[in-house]
Amino acid sequence: MGVSDFPDAFKDTRATKGVCPFNDQNDSVAMLLRFKDVRKSAHDYKSFISGAQPGRIVVPSEVNIRDTRQIPFEVDPPEHTEYRALVEDWFKRPLDAAYEAGLEAIIAAELDRVLVKGRIEAIAELSLPIQSRALTLLLNIPMKEAETWISWGTHVFRSEDSDLDGDKAAILYDYIDAEIDKLIANPDDSLYGVLLQSEYQGRKMTKEEVKGVLILTFAGGRDTIINYLTNTLAYLAEHPEAITELRDNPELLNTAIEELVRYFSPLTHMGRVVAQEKEVSGHVAKEDTRVSLCWASANRDEAIFENPNAVVLDRKMNPHVAFGFGTHKCLGATHARQLMKVFLRVFTQKVAKLTVVKAVENIEDWGEHQRKVGFDSLEIELNPIK
Amino acid sequence: MAKITYITKAGESLVYEATSGSLMELAVKNKVPGIDGDCGGVCSCATCHVHVAPAYYEKLGAPSEIEADMLEFDDNVNEYSRLCCQIPVTDAVDGITVAVAN
Repeated sequence: MGVSDFPDAFKDTRATKGVCPFNDQNDSVAMLLRFKDVRKSAHDYKSFISGAQPGRIVVPSEVNIRDTRQIPFEVDPPEHTEYRALVEDWFKRPLDAAYEAGLEAIIAAELDRVLVKGRIEAIAELSLPIQSRALTLLLNIPMKEAETWISWGTHVFRSEDSDLDGDKAAILYDYIDAEIDKLIANPDDSLYGVLLQSEYQGRKMTKEEVKGVLILTFAGGRDTIINYLTNTLAYLAEHPEAITELRDNPELLNTAIEELVRYFSPLTHMGRVVAQEKEVSGHVAKEDTRVSLCWASANRDEAIFENPNAVVLDRKMNPHVAFGFGTHKCLGATHARQLMKVFLRVFTQKVAKLTVVKAVENIEDWGEHQRKVGFDSLEIELNPIK
Repeated sequence: MAKITYITKAGESLVYEATSGSLMELAVKNKVPGIDGDCGGVCSCATCHVHVAPAYYEKLGAPSEIEADMLEFDDNVNEYSRLCCQIPVTDAVDGITVAVAN
């Protein structure tokens, strides 16, 4: 198996059962694996709710390490609708030409830096710095702030030995608390400042609500973007012809990013709490238990996708759910897509050849199923276009 | 050259001309409110949902199964609903009117 192959971990269970039980800290989760079940359940926010105890819809559950409700992520309509409307325009800013130019400058500078070195560990030296610096654009704060986030390492919530590390999570929560206090004292036009001035239900957003939006922004866009970038590097290393094709045909960029995000599905799944008993593919989802919407499995469903385990850069019909589906679809998707597109464009303009020297895979453990989601480390060698 | 009319949620008529691409791409290029085209036209986001004028709906042919499945879960679906990323700009759609659904 090649280093850029990401096997379909759920194939057999998706075909035979459609649902896979997973015991998470004694709050079991039924993982829904079929595309149609995933989409239908994601759409049915009344039966499968997000507005449960904060942290419970995340798998592994974060109920023991987080009390703050992530907003709008852990709220359902009608409240969700107003929260989402408050932030929607802000999260569309990545479509502005100035934002795109900012991303291009960040990515070009990072690539120039590592091209001088030649051989790097891609996660620590490229993916994490790009993700962090790009986040300063989304938050509209000075770029130097990214140094703090880079110093946290790749896992804000996870330590080396544990999926859920309360001390590590506290670093982020304490940091956001301190930043909000700074902004209350000195308001500005950052996301913090804008949220603190926003009104929800006719009153100012509370500090706790602002914190909820910020935790979501930090947590949702960290491992996901890092995995996407690192996995893309592995793919390009093993498919040098793709580097040339993307360089010569920029119109391919749009379908290429959608296909890569389908194939990698950087977020394996997201949970919901059952509010009304439902049957899904023979599984009776009982009230107050959990299901999860397995985006990674749905995105390889052969009932929907032709040749699902191949990366087809010009795939025309690609109804993937890598950014979720329905009411709670990814708020950061516009930022992510712009970052993905600019990364491929700048990378293919600057890099002639890319080789993987050593790869350590990151394999997630979902009970019966082990899924490769990315890498713990990826040593690569880069050669610039002369 | 095909002339396309978009009717926004606010009731405004916006008319554009094009020779290629899709109705979604033309709308995004001209910033038609309510047509976002987030996924760039691969039928993954349903942010380009329109109601096609009945006279033209039949001419377009039926939506594919993937498109129909996307529409099944969107808001404000009616019998003339289409995702306009799946409607190519050709002479056949010259004069078409589509109303933004969401």
